[in-house]
Amino acid sequence: MAAPKKNGMQTVWFQNPPVIISTASVVGPREGEGPLAKTFDHVINDPYYGENTWEKAEQRMMNDAVKKALQKASLQEKDIDFMLAGDLLDQIMVSNIAARTAAMPYLGLYGACSTMYEGLALGAMLVDGGFADKVLVGASSHYNTAERQFRFPTEMGTQRPMTAQWTVTGAGVAILAREGTGPVITHATIGKAIDMGQSDAQDMGATMAPAAADTITRHFLDTARSPDYYDMVVTGDLGVYGKRLAELLIKKSGYDLSGRFTDCGILIYNKAHDVHAGGSGCGCSAVVTCGYLMGQLKSGSCKRFIGVGTGALLSPCSVQQGETIPGIGHAVVIEARG
Amino acid sequence: MSFLYKSTFSGKIKVGVTGMSNIAVSERQKKEYAQTVKQVKPKPRLWRNVFWAFVTGGLICLAGQVILGFFRTQGLEVNAAGAATSATLVFLAAFLTGIGIYDEISRFGGAGGIVPITGFANSMVSPAMEYRSEGMVFGVGAKLFTIAGPVLVWGIVTAWVAGVLYYFFR
Repeated sequence: MAAPKKNGMQTVWFQNPPVIISTASVVGPREGEGPLAKTFDHVINDPYYGENTWEKAEQRMMNDAVKKALQKASLQEKDIDFMLAGDLLDQIMVSNIAARTAAMPYLGLYGACSTMYEGLALGAMLVDGGFADKVLVGASSHYNTAERQFRFPTEMGTQRPMTAQWTVTGAGVAILAREGTGPVITHATIGKAIDMGQSDAQDMGATMAPAAADTITRHFLDTARSPDYYDMVVTGDLGVYGKRLAELLIKKSGYDLSGRFTDCGILIYNKAHDVHAGGSGCGCSAVVTCGYLMGQLKSGSCKRFIGVGTGALLSPCSVQQGETIPGIGHAVVIEARG
Repeated sequence: MSFLYKSTFSGKIKVGVTGMSNIAVSERQKKEYAQTVKQVKPKPRLWRNVFWAFVTGGLICLAGQVILGFFRTQGLEVNAAGAATSATLVFLAAFLTGIGIYDEISRFGGAGGIVPITGFANSMVSPAMEYRSEGMVFGVGAKLFTIAGPVLVWGIVTAWVAGVLYYFFR
């Protein structure tokens, strides 16, 4: 017998759509100067956040986002059944430490920059499956921690190509619940790890675009919906050129997204930031979703969107060994209820 | 539906065959995509970058010349003045790295900021700053040469090969 809540090849639908009862976002100074500044809960004015390492700063941002999300929903740590979180650092240490502080039953996730959406999809499955009443989902990244792990020391002088992206300093947290008020998650489409033979770690948009395009196309096929059913299709961090590529690929499969397609990495910075192709990192889709997109649903200017967390699945080792870079995209449908 | 991916595992599954493609995409698809990426990717701004590299590198060398002149007027002979100039430039670059300015210079000036001795100083000081959080031995000690190390290794190897060739063919 086919799985009763699975639709088509890669999509699941939720019988009692889990409610996003609370979200919180904490961002760094640069993000706090960007066009979405007002949609974030807290802007830190120093990338060290008063700590002595970048890693500790990122952990503190994650902790603050968790606390803020709990506070907004008037909940306590013990009310959360499971915490799902991830980040970009080796062995997802930021999330591990945040989980130690939060002391909730914890499942660590790694989906590179797609982690927030991987978490939302899994969290929604836990809630609708009846395994949890409340699930906390979080993801974070920090420009300096990512830079020193994946690229160069932060004070090292280099020139980045125009396709390079800037890792967002930020942490986003959402709490999903069986009941409550807020937008709901109705579907999730789990992406495949797709590798089109791209190996340029300075052009992650091109490595992730096929995965995002495949997941979005698959979502339309699985649900028999067309793009105009949604007010927005928002990818995580394809950047300017990756978004253009994804748009081309989706068009090739017969779907036209024009006018409703945008990308968190493009939204978060303005031109003066000189970040080249846009923002990236787990924090990018996490804070834009928890801040800006939730605000759009609340204000009514958007009724329903597909969010697609996009990730480039690489490590410094895999790149140096000449391995090409698989991309991944997980889609979640979030709609305002009411 | 040209654009949906199938697993390479479909059909007869062979296990333990080396060299089997582990990617579920055909070579033709990959080539087609690479072509599209090429069209969308922005061209590097070559002439602009070359111009600013020339200006930045030129200014650093000009500064070196001024410092050299200063040491000469202080009575140092040419070789000693040269060494003192290098030391001064290294100090200045290290200082500018420490206060977070040198990376901006190289971001703007590209090779103009990386090639002179000041770039070398930057490549030593930046890891020293970065990895001090992992301790003086396994942080600074182990990672000080992460950037400069390859340059030194292959610089020395090149010099050795050139020396051997010189010995036999002079």
